[in-house]
Amino acid sequence: MKLVTGVVQPHRLDDVKSALEAAGIRGMTVSEASGYGRQKGHTEVYRGAEYTVDLVPKVRVEVLVADEDASTVVDVVVKAAQTGRIGDGKVWTTTLDDVVRVRTGEHGDAAL
Amino acid sequence: MELDTGATAWMLMSASLVLLMTPGLALFYGGMVRGKSVLNMMMMSFGAIAVVGVVYVLWGWSMSYGADLGGIVGNPFDQFGLSGAIYDAAGEFAIDDFGVPGIVGVGFQATFAIITVALISGAIADRAKFGTWMVFVAVWVTLCYFPMAHMVWGGGLLSGDGPFASIATPIDFAGGTVVHINAGVAALVLALVVGKRKGFGSEPMRPHNLPLVMLGAALLWFGWFGFNGGSAFTADGFAGLAWVNTTVATAAAVLGWLLVEKLRDGSATSLGAASGVVAGLVAITPAAGSVSPVGSIAVGAIAGVLSAFAVGLKYKLGYDDSLDVVGVHLVSGLWGTVSIGFLATETGLFYGGGLNQLAVQAIIAVVAIVFSGIITYLIAIALKAVMGWRVSEEAEVGGIDLAVHSESAYETVPQGSASGQIKREIRA
Repeated sequence: MKLVTGVVQPHRLDDVKSALEAAGIRGMTVSEASGYGRQKGHTEVYRGAEYTVDLVPKVRVEVLVADEDASTVVDVVVKAAQTGRIGDGKVWTTTLDDVVRVRTGEHGDAAL
Repeated sequence: MELDTGATAWMLMSASLVLLMTPGLALFYGGMVRGKSVLNMMMMSFGAIAVVGVVYVLWGWSMSYGADLGGIVGNPFDQFGLSGAIYDAAGEFAIDDFGVPGIVGVGFQATFAIITVALISGAIADRAKFGTWMVFVAVWVTLCYFPMAHMVWGGGLLSGDGPFASIATPIDFAGGTVVHINAGVAALVLALVVGKRKGFGSEPMRPHNLPLVMLGAALLWFGWFGFNGGSAFTADGFAGLAWVNTTVATAAAVLGWLLVEKLRDGSATSLGAASGVVAGLVAITPAAGSVSPVGSIAVGAIAGVLSAFAVGLKYKLGYDDSLDVVGVHLVSGLWGTVSIGFLATETGLFYGGGLNQLAVQAIIAVVAIVFSGIITYLIAIALKAVMGWRVSEEAEVGGIDLAVHSESAYETVPQGSASGQIKREIRA
């Protein structure tokens, strides 16, 4: 089992969500995040005083998938989140020891 | 004098409008601070309403408009508790020269004292003990605001009955000296005595909610129609002139401020527009009854430009006037007061009135600066010694809302993120 995590532009969330649904993914966790990469934030001006805002708003999308689906899901998220501009975010995969469905107590692939 | 119901209705409405300005100011200031101190910022305005609302009927009215003591202040015991201010000798409601009951005038004037001291709070955002602020409010209106109101509007030294009237009658229609120069100087003094916020100049302290600032600016503008329109003291053409001048100057100030931003910083900002609104309102306050609507364009536009530059001074000079009370109220208040000397349609320099009006306007501005500076400084250092001004460093860094008021405005500090898009389904 894999955990696919994408940190993407907030305004791409809808497209990522729809693309994952279209790819047959039945669940995801979405949370607000802030951060920066090479983009290094942006500049804002308040009453003439310039502020560098390095932590910019992002959305984190997390999806639990079976091993064989992981690379497809990564591709789907990347494709849906891509604008081609700096600040598009990152997607990564991690290997999981176990997953439990709380309602039934099922373990492993059965819980996905 | 016969009761004029039209004038009385307008003055009651004006008083209500001016009172609304202080909650408007709470929003204007509240949005400009960080999310961890918005409640304290707003509480300083609400605290001013609470303290001055009580103080005004006890001795505030009497010290402003009671029996004169040396041209400086009214006798607090003359009409203490409004004794003699409500009814005439026959037991009827006393009516003023405009056909308005005196008690209506008390309410109207009380709201000016409230907003003036509340304006100062922007200079000491995020860091002042609430108790010290509440005591400051009571002492400052007593020793600084009421005497200024008396000197300018209550027949004192700076009024048409004072010594400078031999040069020209000083003009302060609705409070360029009494309200804005007074509050602006007090703000500068408090910022210096209280000291800078932790991290001022190095940490980003950006406004946490600009829509609140915009809403506050809108309420201030709306309330200002009572502030300036009501300062005609009746419902007539004079009030209408003040209304139009107020709007025109404010609009021009927004343009002036935004133009500076666009040329200097690259973007016309919403905070700049809201700040321009206030700068314009401040500048036209003393002049609203004596300049023309076209003259008001100049009053406002210049105010917008001057204040847009003046808000940067605190970084150069190193004082933490957190929300730019000095840059907006002192600078535009000074300009508005002096602008009368150029632009007053009857006595201004540009209208062939010579230099007398200009000289008198400069004199009352300087007297206001010196008076407010000295009195505020004495009050501020006395309170520093007796009560202390600053909350602990831990409280300031962690957030004054939680430390002082045991509340927090939001569940989490807003990050301004754009989450939770809604897909609309439109059904025919």
